[in-house]
Amino acid sequence: MTITESANNPKAFAPGVDKSKSYQANFKVWRGNSETGALQDYSVEVNDGEVVLDIIFRIQADQANDMAVRWNCKAGKCGSCSAEINGRPRLMCMTRMSALPPGEEVVVTPMRAFPVIKDLVTDVSFNYEKAKQIPAFAPKPREADGTYRMQQIDVERGQEFRKCIECFMCQNVCHVVRDHEENKKSFAGPRFFIRLAELDMHPLDTNDRQMLAQEKHGLGMCNITKCCTEVCPEHIKITDNGIIPLKERVVDRKYDPLFKILGLSKKKTND
Amino acid sequence: MAGTGVFSPGRAKIEARTLRRDRWWLEPAITFTVFTAFIIYSTIRAFWDVNIYSAEDHLLSPFYSPCLTNDCPEGASHLGTPVGDWFPLSPALLILILPLGFRMTCYYYRKAYYRAFWLSPPACAVAEPHTKYTGETRFPLIFQNAHRWFFWLSLPLPILIGYDGIDAIYADGEWKFGLGALVLLVAAVTLLAYSLSCHSCRHIMGGRLNHFSKHPIRYWGWTQVTKLNGKHMQLAWISLIAVWFADFYVLMVAADVFGDPHIG
Ligand code: SF4
Ligand code: SF4
Ligand code: FES
Ligand code: FES
Repeated sequence: MTITESANNPKAFAPGVDKSKSYQANFKVWRGNSETGALQDYSVEVNDGEVVLDIIFRIQADQANDMAVRWNCKAGKCGSCSAEINGRPRLMCMTRMSALPPGEEVVVTPMRAFPVIKDLVTDVSFNYEKAKQIPAFAPKPREADGTYRMQQIDVERGQEFRKCIECFMCQNVCHVVRDHEENKKSFAGPRFFIRLAELDMHPLDTNDRQMLAQEKHGLGMCNITKCCTEVCPEHIKITDNGIIPLKERVVDRKYDPLFKILGLSKKKTND
Repeated sequence: MAGTGVFSPGRAKIEARTLRRDRWWLEPAITFTVFTAFIIYSTIRAFWDVNIYSAEDHLLSPFYSPCLTNDCPEGASHLGTPVGDWFPLSPALLILILPLGFRMTCYYYRKAYYRAFWLSPPACAVAEPHTKYTGETRFPLIFQNAHRWFFWLSLPLPILIGYDGIDAIYADGEWKFGLGALVLLVAAVTLLAYSLSCHSCRHIMGGRLNHFSKHPIRYWGWTQVTKLNGKHMQLAWISLIAVWFADFYVLMVAADVFGDPHIG
């Protein structure tokens, strides 16, 4: 087989695949645009070790050349391929076919909290708007020798939040906006609460992000029902380590009478 | 509900409120059933004020500990009866208000009952039935922010229940290792572990600091509470069952349904 021949033959891309383990699966994929759309049936081959994104590619290659899907890394690191598989937000490239209930049909839809552009591709610009509204890191002045000094234990907590790949599945699953379009104005969402928490816990940051979180970004709308944590592919403990600590910091500032009496509620006092 | 939430214009047109096919309703259904059963049981026990103490075995129901009014059975009031006759209802009501407030405002219980009772949301990616939602931003839910005060106020209670357990072991000047004492001690330990695993406790211990390196003792405390905090949900359930069982055990012994098995 020449190189051109093998490029035209999809099967040649999977050398060494044990075809004895292949089977036909039934897929329902949502096809449509912002006006209209429906689930469409596809019967498609599945090989050993494949993930849902592989199957979507095969449908695209063999049966629906115009099917839109967003992806980049196929390694769970770019956060592009977020969708809903059997009703649950998942990265298509990280969902193994073998982990889905055997023999059952697989339903793939775009994320349901954002406007759809085409097929599996949604418009996630809501998240970029929210990102812009968060003031950047504002470090205190450098020390006399021109450096900053930080202890590892002081920055550790924030490092967990740096694992975020911005797949926006937490934003998508959060009922505050998923079920209430009108809340999008006043609610930044879990991804940005951990950004605020990260900066607020940072030993060098000088901005006051606590009042900002509560008054501008809608922290009080979150009822800590933890769906964001459940879907995060990076296993960031969004609620336990981000949102709840931030809520407690807001209590220090706004709702704790003792802090008021002691005069500690006026400014950030997290030494 | 057409036109809002997942049915808003511009979003993918899908009729189902959820496409989940796993048993997402099971967890809220269990929570709903167990919590409802507990609320009914504990309300009856709290108002009933009967068979709350076995004088022979020194076993006091944890719902009535500490027992602070003149109504309390003799020997059951380790802290005296400072309330005297002033409070006409069951003495349990004076005390239960604290753990009730503590659990109602607990971050875990909030999650559990917002999902199971208020369906907000019933489960992840299952559309909630409400058309409006303001979360915890206004009355009455803004009072969830008082959680830390309930933490402080109810912190002594597990210790007092532990004292009741020890009192049952060393009853009337003699050692007596009864099953009832063990039941009370298990309730006390699990309740204390639940309290210490609290998110507010974690914050107070060190979570509010930005420079752990400047506060080594609090940092150590924070790391310990953090470990417990990871099990907060489990401790919420275990301690609830343990205290429920302890009250039921005392009821059975005090009502002479069976005697408290013991050594010594
Ligand atoms: S815990 Fe809060 S931010 Fe996370 S999904 Fe639930 S409501 Fe949204
Ligand atoms: S926090 Fe997790 S779920 Fe949310 S955008 Fe980042 S990686 Fe995705
Ligand atoms: S393609 Fe990059 S995360 Fe799935
Ligand atoms: S968070 Fe559950 S007791 Fe405080």
